[in-house]
Formats: sequence, structure tokens, C-alpha cells
Amino acid sequence: MKRFLARIYVWVLLVLLYAPVVFIAVCSFTESRVMGNWTGFSFKLYGNLFGGVMQGGSALLSAIENTLVIALLAALFSMLLGTLAAIGIHNLRGRKRNTMQLLNNIPIVNPDVITGVSLFLLFVFLKVSQGYVTVVLAHITFCTPFVVLNVMPRLTQINPNTYEAALDLGATPAQAFAKVLVPQLVPGMVSGFILAFTMSLDDFAVTFFTRGTIGLDTLSTYIYTDARKGGLTPELRPLMTLIFLLMLVLLVIVNVRANRRNKIEVEK
Amino acid sequence: MSKRSTWVLPYAIFLAVFVVLPLVLIAVYAFQDNSGHFTLGNVLRFFSDSDAVSTFALSLEVAIETTLLCLLLGYPAAWILANKKFGFTTVTIVMFIMPMWVNALLRTLATAELFSILGFTLGKGTLLFGMVYDFLPFMIYPIYNMLLKMDTSYSEAAEDLGATPVQVFLKVTFPLSLPGVYSGILMVFMPTMSTFAISEFLTNGKIKLFGTIIQENINSSMWNYGAALSLVMLVLIGLTSLVTGGSRDTNVGGVV
Repeated sequence: MKRFLARIYVWVLLVLLYAPVVFIAVCSFTESRVMGNWTGFSFKLYGNLFGGVMQGGSALLSAIENTLVIALLAALFSMLLGTLAAIGIHNLRGRKRNTMQLLNNIPIVNPDVITGVSLFLLFVFLKVSQGYVTVVLAHITFCTPFVVLNVMPRLTQINPNTYEAALDLGATPAQAFAKVLVPQLVPGMVSGFILAFTMSLDDFAVTFFTRGTIGLDTLSTYIYTDARKGGLTPELRPLMTLIFLLMLVLLVIVNVRANRRNKIEVEK
Repeated sequence: MSKRSTWVLPYAIFLAVFVVLPLVLIAVYAFQDNSGHFTLGNVLRFFSDSDAVSTFALSLEVAIETTLLCLLLGYPAAWILANKKFGFTTVTIVMFIMPMWVNALLRTLATAELFSILGFTLGKGTLLFGMVYDFLPFMIYPIYNMLLKMDTSYSEAAEDLGATPVQVFLKVTFPLSLPGVYSGILMVFMPTMSTFAISEFLTNGKIKLFGTIIQENINSSMWNYGAALSLVMLVLIGLTSLVTGGSRDTNVGGVV
């Protein structure tokens, strides 16, 4: 009985949490301009999305492109910088180590608005014109700490003898690093990358403050402007539904591969 | 291996330029007037700006209520998910995080639309529940992580020594999970306090929170006053971190 109630509780929470997502998905199959009006089943919005004929047209398409490119760049640079940093911090001791960990936590604790405003002031102060580059730099700033937090636990799990063994067997330090150390870090780097990608994709406030006045739009800023104008571009509904499904497939693939790897390790 | 400690340098420099310097700049701009002279005017202006002060008070209230609601709803969920006897796996915890893949603003607009369809007037009530929707995963995840890492031999020992399940929870499990609770509070309280856009969407523009005031000032080129308001937020963040112990290491890593 207790078990039953507990399961019901979790499922009710999940149903409530998913209600808006399901609502968007359902509304993507009707032509109505206003979200929430059902005017009959239709694939028209999907057709519009792929045909590129929609309200907002090229503006929405370039917002999609910007969002993806910025998220990819930010996640990639964060992964490299964060992994390097994690290895460095792992080899630090005492106060230096504590200081680095404290600094690494600041962007996580700071609300988006503070991160956004502070970076905006930085770019004003340095007289850097704001646009694509500043947005990517800003995203790297709030993404990298999460990569560090994902790679650090991996480093503590690694048996240092494997690296020494590679050296004893004649590998150069570079070879031992690339062939022994890095492969053991890959799972942490991958989850760090996915997390960074997700955070960048979802960001609104930081982009808003660092994109400058050149008219650079990501999906978030596009939706913000769109919603304030009153009418939300209907094609956003199928777009979000597809992005959600894509990420779902990605997650399943990553999980299946991780499970298979775990099984192989157990069998060994 | 010890030479590798120098690998931290690029990130140390990066943090200095993109995290420390910007925060220092908030303080610098907050204490400057338009022509760059030192002034206390911006900070003093906040205290006499009744619009800003009342928004600050309202944001504080909404943030406290959202955090409490998230804790009340999230703690049981985290406890159930972390407890093996209920048969949930890591897939379920990931399911709590997945809605984040749908753009937060669009999700919020859909939530507001759902509230309207269900007949609720957009206002403080919908604002609270919309915020809980957005931030609940941030409360569940750190608590779940803490409970999962917990050494079960403590609670087993308590049981063996005759504690009732309620006593085990109150005297052993809950105190040991507090670091996770603190992380969760920090992860929910600060963002709710300072969101902009989300609060306007959920209330049809009727209620604005402190983040909106900061944004309005920065966007209308009142950088110095905007910086002063951000400084007020920063002081609050510092205080909250002190109260909650500021120990949030490793509690937010490894979501996927």
C-alpha cells in the first residue's frame, strides 16, 4: 500500500510536470494561430516548418541556426576548458585547490540575471562590441563549471598506476595521456558536454544581456520578442516537439551504450 | 603527475576575466555616477525608490514561498526515488529533468495558457505554481543525490537499536540529507528571486519581480543604477550562501 501511494505520488508529479510539454506537442498538430485553440488535426505546421514558409520566416530559421551553433561551440569549448581545468584542479592541493573550487562554484550559484548583467558590464568596460562572440564567451562562462563537476569524480576513480604502467611499458607521457588517461575521462566529458549543450540551449537571460544591438536572435530571445508582440509563431510548437524527441532519442542511445559498456565491464 | 597542476592556468585566467572581474565591475559601476565619479547615490536611490523596494519585498516573498513549496513537494519525491524498495531507477530521475529540453520561455507560455484554459486568473497564484513547475527539478536533484550517496548502515543501525521508522527518518536520514536540501534551496531561491520574462508571462504582465527591474534599468542605459540593484542581489546571494553553508560541491554534477 505504501509502495503504491509512493509510486502514485511520483507519477502524479511527473504528469503535472509534463503537462505543458504535452500541451505544446498536442497543439503542434493543429493549424490554429493561437496556442490552445483546436481547429482540427493537421500536419500543416510541420509542413510549414520544413518548407520554411512561416510567420517570422528567415528570422526564425536564423534564430534556430544561431541557437544550435552557439550551443555546440559553447559546449565544445566548455568541455575542453573544463576537462583541462579538472585535471589541473585534481593535481592541486590545499588552499589553491579550495580557491579554484570556490571560484568554479560562483557561476553556478549566480542567478542568470547577475551573470548577464556582470558580463554586459565587462564588455562595456573592455569596449568590446557585443554579438556572436560575446554570447559564446558568456555561455562558456556558465557552462564550464558543470563540465568540471562532471569530470572531477572520474579523476578520483582512476587508478594512477595505469598511467605509471603505460610509462614503464615505454609509452611517452603524451601517449600515456592520450591512450590511458583520456579514454577513462570520456564518460565524464560526454555528460559534461550534454549538460553544457542543454544549458546553453535553454538560456535566455545571459544571451539577452550579451547579444548587443546587432539584432542577433537565439530561439529564447526570438520567443521573448514574439510573445511580447502578442502572437507566438505557431511553427514553434512543432519545432519544440521535434527538438524534445531528438534529445530523447539521443538520451536513449547514450544510456543504451553506457549500459552495454557496464555489462561488458561486469562480465570481464 | 604533479606538473599537471599547471593545466589549471587557462581556466584560472578565464575565471579571473569572466567571473571575478565582472563581479568587481558590478560594485565599481554601482558606486559611480554617469561621469565616473564616486557616489553613494545609486545605492541610496534604491532605498528611496518605493517601486524597487516593494518589488524587492514581493520577490523575496514569492521566492521564499516557491522554495518552500518546492521543498515540500520535492523532498518526498527525492526520498522515494532514492529508496530502492520503491523500484524506481535513474531513468525516472532523468525524466524529471527532461522537460528542460523544451525552451523555458515557451514552456512557461504553455503553462500560462493551460492555467487560463483551466479557468485560473493569471496572478500571484499562477505565478507561484508556474515557478514551482520550472524549479522543482533543481530541488529534487541535489536531495536525491545526497540520499543516494548516504551510507545505509546508519539508518540500519538506528533500526537495530529500536528506532521507529519515523524516528529513523527524523533523527538520521533527514539530518544527513541536509547538505542536499541546502543546495536545493540555493538552486531554487536565487533564480526565482531574479527571474524576468517568466514572471511577466505567468501573470500576463501584472506582476514583475526584481530581475525585471534590473533588466529595465540596464536596457534603458541606466547602468549605474542597474549595477546598484544587482549589488543588492549579490549581497543577498552572499548572505544566503553563508546561511546554507555554501557547500554545494558535487551535488549538481552528473545529471545525464
